[in-house]
Amino acid sequence: MGGHPRRLPAKTMRAPRSVTPGGEEYFEHDADIGVAGRGATLEEAFESAAAATFAIMADLSAVRPERSVTLSFEEADVEIALVRWLNLLLGLSHEQGLVFSRFWIERDGVIWRGGASGEPWRRDLERGVEVKGATLTMLEVKQERDGWHARCVVDV
Amino acid sequence: MDLTKLKRIDEWSWTVTPAPGEARGEVKLYGSRELLATMDDKVLEQITNVARLPGLVGPAMTMPDAHWGYGFPIGGVAAFDPEQGGIISAGGVGFDISCGIRCLRTNLQLADVAGELPSLARELSEKIPAGVGEEGDIKLAPEALDEVLTAGARWAVEHGYGSADDLEFIEEGGRVPGPVPANVSALAKKRQRGEMGTLGSGNHYLEVQVVDSIHDEAAAQAYGLREGQLLVSIHCGSRGLGHQIGTDYLVSLAKAATRLNLHLPDRELACAPINTPEGQQYLGAMNAAINCALANRQILTHLARRCFTRLMPRAKLETLFDVSHNTCKREQHVVEGKKRLLYVHRKGATRAFGPGHPAVPERYRAVGQPVVIGGSMGTGSWILAGTAESENRAFSSASHGAGRAMSRHQALKQWRGRELVDQLAAQGILIRTRSMRGVAEEAPGAYKDVDLVAEATERAGLARRVAFLRPKVCVKG
Repeated sequence: MGGHPRRLPAKTMRAPRSVTPGGEEYFEHDADIGVAGRGATLEEAFESAAAATFAIMADLSAVRPERSVTLSFEEADVEIALVRWLNLLLGLSHEQGLVFSRFWIERDGVIWRGGASGEPWRRDLERGVEVKGATLTMLEVKQERDGWHARCVVDV
Repeated sequence: MDLTKLKRIDEWSWTVTPAPGEARGEVKLYGSRELLATMDDKVLEQITNVARLPGLVGPAMTMPDAHWGYGFPIGGVAAFDPEQGGIISAGGVGFDISCGIRCLRTNLQLADVAGELPSLARELSEKIPAGVGEEGDIKLAPEALDEVLTAGARWAVEHGYGSADDLEFIEEGGRVPGPVPANVSALAKKRQRGEMGTLGSGNHYLEVQVVDSIHDEAAAQAYGLREGQLLVSIHCGSRGLGHQIGTDYLVSLAKAATRLNLHLPDRELACAPINTPEGQQYLGAMNAAINCALANRQILTHLARRCFTRLMPRAKLETLFDVSHNTCKREQHVVEGKKRLLYVHRKGATRAFGPGHPAVPERYRAVGQPVVIGGSMGTGSWILAGTAESENRAFSSASHGAGRAMSRHQALKQWRGRELVDQLAAQGILIRTRSMRGVAEEAPGAYKDVDLVAEATERAGLARRVAFLRPKVCVKG
């Protein structure tokens, strides 16, 4: 199993988590944008970071979850896993011409399985700014008293 | 930036003295006191980290437009010798491999065609695919894409996008040697399927500009520039393919660095010695992405020509120059009197060969390579010429843009896209975009003063000013 996406049986996945439009978190970086996710679990923090990433490109409240994709990868380093998760989503989004608004991921040891749902770009969807990729800059995944935090800078 | 950490060499260059026992190469920062004072301290931290990488030759440098990037600062230049364990770094090239500017000179004077600009703006915005989610008309299967990655702009010309005359004025004749399409992942190739001939988003643009003033008559004459003339500048790169190569290799080289005991001060520097399988693999993929970018700008050149000639049949658009500013290139340089083959990283920095350099097209060889400093959509851009002095000072490198003075996040809080579009229209600058967020993030006020950057570039001996261009139409992604 590598970094490339592959389809998994739907029964292995839990239901997509809804994002709260407008609840995305960002932090400062001179040229690019820092995205941050948080949640009660590591997985929720990853899902929240994914929503923050895609909210740079579109208003997620206007994106209909009509089509789903799934992915999986193997990664022992949880910080690198965040970067790979975001980059696999970005790769799938660009490859299939989709914009995603809902995200889900599960971890089983070093195996990560996740997915996203969204729709093809519509003419009437207000465009934001394209995200080229997630970087290792200011990359951090940690558990604090209020839950899990996951963040990195994305290149736009 | 805290200037007390710096030691002034002269009015336009600065260094940092290593701490006792600190093992690293030299660091040099170009720019005025005013420009350096506005830079984030992270610029200094990042370029100091670059100076710790193995095989560095000469100083690790920042150009006057430098700002905080990832791994390398944007505006960073560093050369490495493969025979001394020198590295190649994905973080030293960036995600948008071979992002650069294609500059076209027209045979049109603003005074003669000013009334056509609104129609031209509409035509360009309709025919140039721009922005997130937009695809071009060219759909390439992976096998056909491999031909693009091998032949670069030459592929585009052979397929009817532009003419052979364009190739002479593109770096390396429109095709860099050493591409290895097999080193490019399947996902990268799939991402590029609909993205040939697209502009992209963020700070990318297609701009119609007018030559506002000439500052070096001889170079302007060689470049075919005159006051009042319209030019077109296309700023974009290798699109999804380059982004995915950056993504793939950033992680794999970060892991390789650990395996190779490189002890990186920042894992974003993700690199491998050039003379290792990992280094060679990235090099082959990166060269393929450079060719992809050169082909992309060639196709966009063709699309822009069609827009002009549809409205103004007598219009002629010739390639002035095509220069990349996110690359690592194998070049010969003279170091301490000896010729050496080095791998020069320029991340957000433009190559600037001086007069007489054999890589400069014959038409320009007496005055030096054209260098473009792209400014914001509300201020303007500069064309400069490479200098012989730059060879010694910065491995023939110069600034690439105005450089951000404010983060995108801050800009979004300060400006609204619609208001900016209206304000610029009142100043005679037509903005066409589908992303008002993008306009706000790219607000002219979010950038450094491009005139200060161009002046510092000249005073530091990196390139000399030739012409100042004012924007008239800007298609933003």
